[in-house]
Amino acid sequence: MMRSPRLPLYITLATFLLAYAICASQYPSMLSTRVIANLLTDNAFLGITAVGMTFVILSGGIDLSVGSVIAFSGVFLAVILRDTSIHPLVAFALLLGITIAFGAAIGSIIHYLEMPPFIVTLAGMFLMRGLAYVLSTDSVPITHEFYDTLQGIYWKAPSGGRFRLIGGIMILCYVVAMLVLHRTRFGQNVYALGGNAATARLMGVPIARTTIGIYAIAGGLAGLAGIVYSIYTSAGYSLSTVGVELDAIAAVVIGGTLLTGGSGFVAGTFLGILIMGLIQTYIVFDGTLSSWWTKIVIGGLLFAFIMLQKALGWATTTRRRPALEFATRS
Amino acid sequence: MTDQKKPVLRAAGIDKFFAGAIALDQVDLTLFPGEVHALLGENGAGKSTLIKCITGAYHRDGGTIRLGDTEIDPRGPEESQALGIGTVYQEVNLLQNMTVADNLFLGWQPMRAGMVDRRQMNRRAQDILAEYGLHVDPSLLLSSYSIAIQQVVAIARAVELSGKVLILDEPTASLDRDEIDLLFSVVRELTARGMAVVFITHFLDQVFEIADRATVLRNGRVVGTRKLAEVTQGDIVELMLGRHLEAAKRDRSHATPGDTILSLKGYGKRGMIEPFDLELRAGEVVGLAGLLGSGRTETCKVVFGAVTADQGSAELRGKEIRLTSPRGAVEHRFGLCPEDRKIDGIVGDLSVRENIVLSLQARQGWTRPLSRARINELVDEYVRLLDIRLASPDMPIRLLSGGNQQKALLARWLATNPDVLILDEPTRGIDVGAHAEIIELIEGLREQGMALIVASSEMEELVAYSTRVMVLRDRRQVRELTGDEITTDRIVKAISQEETAA
Repeated sequence: MMRSPRLPLYITLATFLLAYAICASQYPSMLSTRVIANLLTDNAFLGITAVGMTFVILSGGIDLSVGSVIAFSGVFLAVILRDTSIHPLVAFALLLGITIAFGAAIGSIIHYLEMPPFIVTLAGMFLMRGLAYVLSTDSVPITHEFYDTLQGIYWKAPSGGRFRLIGGIMILCYVVAMLVLHRTRFGQNVYALGGNAATARLMGVPIARTTIGIYAIAGGLAGLAGIVYSIYTSAGYSLSTVGVELDAIAAVVIGGTLLTGGSGFVAGTFLGILIMGLIQTYIVFDGTLSSWWTKIVIGGLLFAFIMLQKALGWATTTRRRPALEFATRS
Repeated sequence: MTDQKKPVLRAAGIDKFFAGAIALDQVDLTLFPGEVHALLGENGAGKSTLIKCITGAYHRDGGTIRLGDTEIDPRGPEESQALGIGTVYQEVNLLQNMTVADNLFLGWQPMRAGMVDRRQMNRRAQDILAEYGLHVDPSLLLSSYSIAIQQVVAIARAVELSGKVLILDEPTASLDRDEIDLLFSVVRELTARGMAVVFITHFLDQVFEIADRATVLRNGRVVGTRKLAEVTQGDIVELMLGRHLEAAKRDRSHATPGDTILSLKGYGKRGMIEPFDLELRAGEVVGLAGLLGSGRTETCKVVFGAVTADQGSAELRGKEIRLTSPRGAVEHRFGLCPEDRKIDGIVGDLSVRENIVLSLQARQGWTRPLSRARINELVDEYVRLLDIRLASPDMPIRLLSGGNQQKALLARWLATNPDVLILDEPTRGIDVGAHAEIIELIEGLREQGMALIVASSEMEELVAYSTRVMVLRDRRQVRELTGDEITTDRIVKAISQEETAA
């Protein structure tokens, strides 16, 4: 028996299919495209955030600042569109510039000052939340016709589900992330860094560039998630998306990525997001359950996946093939 | 012969100073294509420093390095690797979480249309490894293969990236015999292709088996370069030590053991070691012999209480005791120097001083701290007594060489003045000189009336100091040898006779 690195991914997939089967058996209408479309739309901003989180966790780090970055992004967009006349697209570009620079700065501090990511991104979390408050403490509505246009873009499935733009953006993020992680040298360096930073350095991986790149991606994707969130809610509020970073971490872990880094797949994170969304949808369908059950089920799932990682870890250390099975000597 | 060829690498007059101390003094090293060149010397002789100066990990303070016809000045391992000098270390420096092919190609993956071409990568990895006689699936995780195969993958990577000089730094330390053969066949393959291989090791047998020439370093100077076909092991050892290693002499006149200190009856732990009897008297060294995995380390741990025995009884000076934890064992004046000193023994970032007094202080309890003066007195005494070579007792212990770390660990337990001292592989990974000193020390302790249990894989060593030898096989005590029965032959026979009987 060999351990495939894909095994946790398959388990996540099985969990998702099982959960969906249970849901569908109780509420057959959950199979409709409408439910699926809403699942994508409602979880778009979280899904995009979790892509960035996957990069960070794969490299052996953690990013606690993303929730605050989303809130900041929302307030920033709302305030700038209220107070100035610049086009939202320009505002988007400006915001992405800021959040990417912010992420790169965090990555630089982590690398050059050799600080633990936990502390640096915790500081970043307070900083961005504070900046959001400074911009506005109230919920600022966004009333721009371009937003109406964006919200109006959707593809209507034959059975009535509306697949909106923001869900599409999320899926695009996952596709691009998959290509970057598995088919570029940068992506391979992310895995190398998560496997063992000292070894990666000896093998010639550019540690500085990779670390800064990873946190810049996480920051940029949090900014993009902020844009998506502002399209989703048509407002910016400094108190919103508290704890989203933790939801994103949960999705990554349920998706089968090792919290210590080096092993995992962005596709797993996507399934993790869908599982979490599915639980919420089930509770909405049920109508009698408190929404806190979402948290309880996610907590249980997290425990289960942590145990799974531990068990797989043991399996690899005990089942190593002997050398000579593979060697032919003359 | 090699002499007519042009050298592939020529390092001349390499100097390196560390904060006032001379680490390398005008060291020359010449490598010819197609040769295996052993780099020998005691720990601290300057082998690693020389390698680091050549690969650019250290900045050298003088001398020139010529690779082929050009003078090079690499500023780091990556640069020297790009120039053609690859290095493989004892601890495999590859990524366990990635596939074999990923490890082989990290940083220079074949690309197609801006994307990593995995199919081509796996195919080429398979071809490359096949050249080394290795038929593995390169798309599997590296961690699914044994250390030996990982070692070969590391070599393959180094060769693919460099291709002129390959430096192997203690590559065989954690391999078994078959795996060493595999590694050596790979090395021979490479030298046949005209590469120069530098081989650093403590195992002289292996040097004579694989190497063509050897350069011996002592105290940062080259004391000689020899063709191995023309010299004996004794000559090399003499060069390394600068003196004849006294043939381990057996003098059993003092071997009149005193009172029984520890008596174990039917002592054992299911799944780790079958029940065994052990009578340990003052002034006695009981050697534990056996192959790897025969239960040597397990016996040590059970006696020390690091693993609690689940059967049998223990008596200390006639009184029944229970050994359930190392802490309890220390209170009963037991000491254990574990096998893996880096993991179980030293606290790397604490100073040598702190490491030495650790156990004594632990036994005293934190409410009664040792006075500064007492600590200094103790540390100075043991540093002198055991001849621990260090710049200052305040330096972190991880900076000491292996042999000196081992001595500091011994000092830690000697400071507690134990009645029973258990040493698990006390001479592993240390050089010949320190080796002899530790053997001498064991003898000395025995003469002072201490009772020792020493587990070792080196038969000659056991023969040198044991008053009795307990032979273990398959986690079972199979034979006890005493007095004149203790010879390497008898120990080997005791292990193998059981094999035919089984």
